[in-house]
Amino acid sequence: MRIVEKAQLMSAPEIDRTLQRLAHQIVEKSGGTKHLALIGVRRRGVPLAQRIAQAMRGIDGVDVPVGTLDITLYRDDLSKVAPQAVLQSSDIAFGVDGMDLVLVDDVLYTGRTIRAAMNGLFDLGRPQRVSLCVLIDRGHREMPIEAQFVGRTVQTSDTEIIEVRLREIDNEERVVLVDRQEP
Amino acid sequence: MTFRFRDLLALEPLSADELTFLLDQSRPFQTIQRNPLKKLATLRGKTVALAFFENSTRTRISFGTAASRLGADTMNLQAESSSVKKGESLLDTVQTLDAMKPDCLVMRHASSGAADFVARHLDIPVINAGDGTHEHPSQGLLDALTIRDRLGKIDNLNVTILGDLQHSRVARSNIHLLGKFGCRFTLCGPAMWVPRELEKIAAPGVSIRRVFKLEEALDDADVVLVLRVQTERMHEPSISNEDYVLGYQLNAERLRRAKPNALVLHPGPMNRGSEITPEVADGPQSCVLEQVTNGIAVRMALLFLLISSAPEDGSDPQTVVKEEPPPQRNRRSTDKKDLSHASD
Repeated sequence: MRIVEKAQLMSAPEIDRTLQRLAHQIVEKSGGTKHLALIGVRRRGVPLAQRIAQAMRGIDGVDVPVGTLDITLYRDDLSKVAPQAVLQSSDIAFGVDGMDLVLVDDVLYTGRTIRAAMNGLFDLGRPQRVSLCVLIDRGHREMPIEAQFVGRTVQTSDTEIIEVRLREIDNEERVVLVDRQEP
Repeated sequence: MTFRFRDLLALEPLSADELTFLLDQSRPFQTIQRNPLKKLATLRGKTVALAFFENSTRTRISFGTAASRLGADTMNLQAESSSVKKGESLLDTVQTLDAMKPDCLVMRHASSGAADFVARHLDIPVINAGDGTHEHPSQGLLDALTIRDRLGKIDNLNVTILGDLQHSRVARSNIHLLGKFGCRFTLCGPAMWVPRELEKIAAPGVSIRRVFKLEEALDDADVVLVLRVQTERMHEPSISNEDYVLGYQLNAERLRRAKPNALVLHPGPMNRGSEITPEVADGPQSCVLEQVTNGIAVRMALLFLLISSAPEDGSDPQTVVKEEPPPQRNRRSTDKKDLSHASD
């Protein structure tokens, strides 16, 4: 199988502008940031959440806590994760009871990751509200899950893959659409 | 990295990287112990068989709790009330258990090598929860995790192990683990409990010395691992409890000879007033209760790792197992003939 890059969906400045907009939307929609917190879903949701929090600091000095969540233990497809799932620690240093939480992830696809993340969050307490922020929504949902804050919606076929590459993890910064092709 | 073993039978064949991986994988489970809701559904529908052919309270409860916090069910076999009493062989017993289709077998047995033997006959992962005087790998891991949390590292430490080393599988697992990180060992106890062969059990290059005076053994220690005085094994030639207390009890005054922040570990159950004074057992240097808490995290990590990476029903388990030669080959160098009852 060959992996072919079909298109660049976002450049580095576009990612940056999108995150700025998402930060504004979250602050605007949450109506008061007192109980607001961001939860980055490992791995690429983590730097995205941190950058959104950074952008919020630029919006009248809003300082929201950021936590990270590893969903490996909550997956519904462990036996299919080849060959072994490597765990990372979740790090949420604040109580989630009564909080207004925004889950942050890079790509929303089947919705299973978010289902798992919500299970993980509810083991920590009872948030007042959980919403979802993603950089890309590519459709093909298998769960009744929608994002409240979306960077960009992209129509894809199910052989295509969206790769979000972030400088913190991938040493480059862009979003690309790739396709798996039989040789 | 991926873990190349289907079973966890001993720490001796594991590399420093593999041991570090197991310790790292235990960390997320330490976090979960602090959650208001400690139960996961990760291994829902899986069954862990706990077969304890030798008495155990804390290890059995710890593995059972680890399994239930991962959402798995357990089946319990205790030798005291089982067919073992009626003369069934070890292999028949575990094959009967296996026929009930558990996804993992955790076993303790009084004979060194028993878990290894069973693992060669079963397709499911086997975790050794203590075999004779050979090893107690999950205890070695939880001790190392506790040390790493407190001191920030497990490299190049001076480790003093105190007590009945001859029978101690805990001591052996600790030496095999910490020895791979450059730790130096001082083994101390009455001479008949610290046989010369112990100097050679670790890989070449690991420093192990025997010292028969406690004060001398504690000098410069970073970690003091106190083993239980096993009164049930105090047959001739032996030492009276009074003499043991006089010569080898860890008390506050003696502990001052170790480094100021030296840790005190004990695998339990403790005999207060015998091998350790209450002052030390309850003091700031004692890690005894952290060891118990960390035990659950380590065992959750092991169950998760081995069960989630075991092949699903229907596939050939051999494809996973046979990638590496059996790691358990040369593991019983000092214990080969020793089927005596173990400590800890």
